[in-house]
Amino acid sequence: MKFRFWGVRGSIPSPGPHTARFGGNTTCIEVRSDNGTLIILDGGTGIFALAQALLRELPVSANIFITHSHWDHIHGLPFFIPLFIPGNKVRLYGAMDPVTGSGVEQVMAVQLQYSYFPVREAEMKAAIEYTSLAIGQSVEVADATITSTLLNHPVIDFGYRIDCNGKSLFFTGDHEPYYNIYDPEDDDFCEYQALIDEKQASIDQAMRGVDALIVDTSYTREEYPAKKGWGHGYFDASIETALRVGAKRLYCTHHEPTRSDAELESVFAEVMARHAPRLGGLQVFLAHEGLAVEL
Amino acid sequence: MGQISVELGKRLNSAVESMPAFPKSVQRILELTRDINCRPKDLVGVIEKDPVITIKVLKIINSAYYGLPNKITSINQSAVYLGVNTLKNLALSFSTIGILPKKNDAGFDIQHYLISSLVTANLVRAIAARYAAGEADPTDCYIAGLLHDFGKVVFAQCMPEEFNRALKLSANDNVPLHNAEQTIIGTDHTFVGAMLAKRWQFPASLVDCIAGHHGPKYATPLAECLLVADLVAERLGYDSNGNVSAGGEEPALPRRFAGDLDAVVTALGDTGKMVAEAKMFSQGEGG
Repeated sequence: MKFRFWGVRGSIPSPGPHTARFGGNTTCIEVRSDNGTLIILDGGTGIFALAQALLRELPVSANIFITHSHWDHIHGLPFFIPLFIPGNKVRLYGAMDPVTGSGVEQVMAVQLQYSYFPVREAEMKAAIEYTSLAIGQSVEVADATITSTLLNHPVIDFGYRIDCNGKSLFFTGDHEPYYNIYDPEDDDFCEYQALIDEKQASIDQAMRGVDALIVDTSYTREEYPAKKGWGHGYFDASIETALRVGAKRLYCTHHEPTRSDAELESVFAEVMARHAPRLGGLQVFLAHEGLAVEL
Repeated sequence: MGQISVELGKRLNSAVESMPAFPKSVQRILELTRDINCRPKDLVGVIEKDPVITIKVLKIINSAYYGLPNKITSINQSAVYLGVNTLKNLALSFSTIGILPKKNDAGFDIQHYLISSLVTANLVRAIAARYAAGEADPTDCYIAGLLHDFGKVVFAQCMPEEFNRALKLSANDNVPLHNAEQTIIGTDHTFVGAMLAKRWQFPASLVDCIAGHHGPKYATPLAECLLVADLVAERLGYDSNGNVSAGGEEPALPRRFAGDLDAVVTALGDTGKMVAEAKMFSQGEGG
């Protein structure tokens, strides 16, 4: 199994000279199973460059797994060029939204409305299918198995684990480490903590022992307190998670949109200096556009 | 126990779907959600006191779609699973339907019902802590008390004319309300509440509690505590028109209570704070 980052930026596309090296496109990861089956994690603006590359291998059969419906994870979808070409197949997987009651088809439907996009879904020539996944559901896609895990974000967010012939990766989409909404003196504090611990244990189990753990690492630990509740992680938490679940490699992604390449490297160097002695065999990387990994 | 037709079952179900929440919680939710920095615990504190919103949240999270391995019985659990923002937006969407009118065609006092449900919820928890420690989960106790009489609001909304006759029969002839419902409607609020809870895939223990809270058999420690909480609530004047002990029909107490309701009431100590809090929460405007 191998994968490649096409978009690593969080929240909003951030092009320009200061982000040219890591890249300004929003989340998109291309995964290839051992037999070459195409699995795409999220449809941020990075999916447009991926789409260009795919034009060399028509017809395309793409399995797109959406972690959640926030713009930066879906707004490249209408520009996924294979959608317009007859003979291609695109299957979109994702969660159901409990507030609207809609399935994953909603992420296309909202974007393809007349006011926002010139082409209607009916005019797209590829065969498009939608599959709304349940929590913890596993689906087989060729020689790979993809399993959803419900994570913590201001909208329903599925992390996905992909297993293929003994190799594995886990991508969080957007995720904030759980925290207790009560104060220690509140009656409900202990009960809530127990609920969080139970949920955390089930997530750790889903991530356990993966070869590559790709985690929302938007903030530094110094920035995080001001962003608590926004649904994103920070470097120290990502490293703790990777160590706890025994991941072999950690890829930090969803870079904060205002962070320049130089700042990102500087922040990363500071974090690595602090954690280096305890990493053991864990390798930690900053994700950048074009980074390709073979497991 | 009277069966009901498939058609009536559907009608009752959709009545809940479109049922608005209680005035005070809608007002508080609208207030809280205007502030982007609203504290999650304040929001949870409001939602878990409103039986309608609680039911709608549990209904979604326990639905087959989410396929959770364990049934969810509390708003705190829902906050962990769905996330606070999703919970907030669900509560907001339920709050925009409107508010349960204080006066309904059935003449059923919904404010009294809400106080009764909150008092009973807290009583079940307090009673279980004393008489069934380790045998009944405090979270399940609260939810069982909060939702046990839910069938009554459904009747008031869905078949106000019949329910009004049942309320009058119960008051005039001094018979328990559930018996009067059987006479007039052909079924009662325990059956309807349990049927809906089962349809919404609530945990079996909760369904059984709702179904059996007027006896004659109490299968679990939780159900036993609910029965006694219901009787204590009646003594305190908050039985939501249940008239449970009317005509000397007060059921025999399970063994763990040594057959003595007076002793239970004494053991619970001052319940005034419990009642005062419930009253404060349920008051519609400004309270």
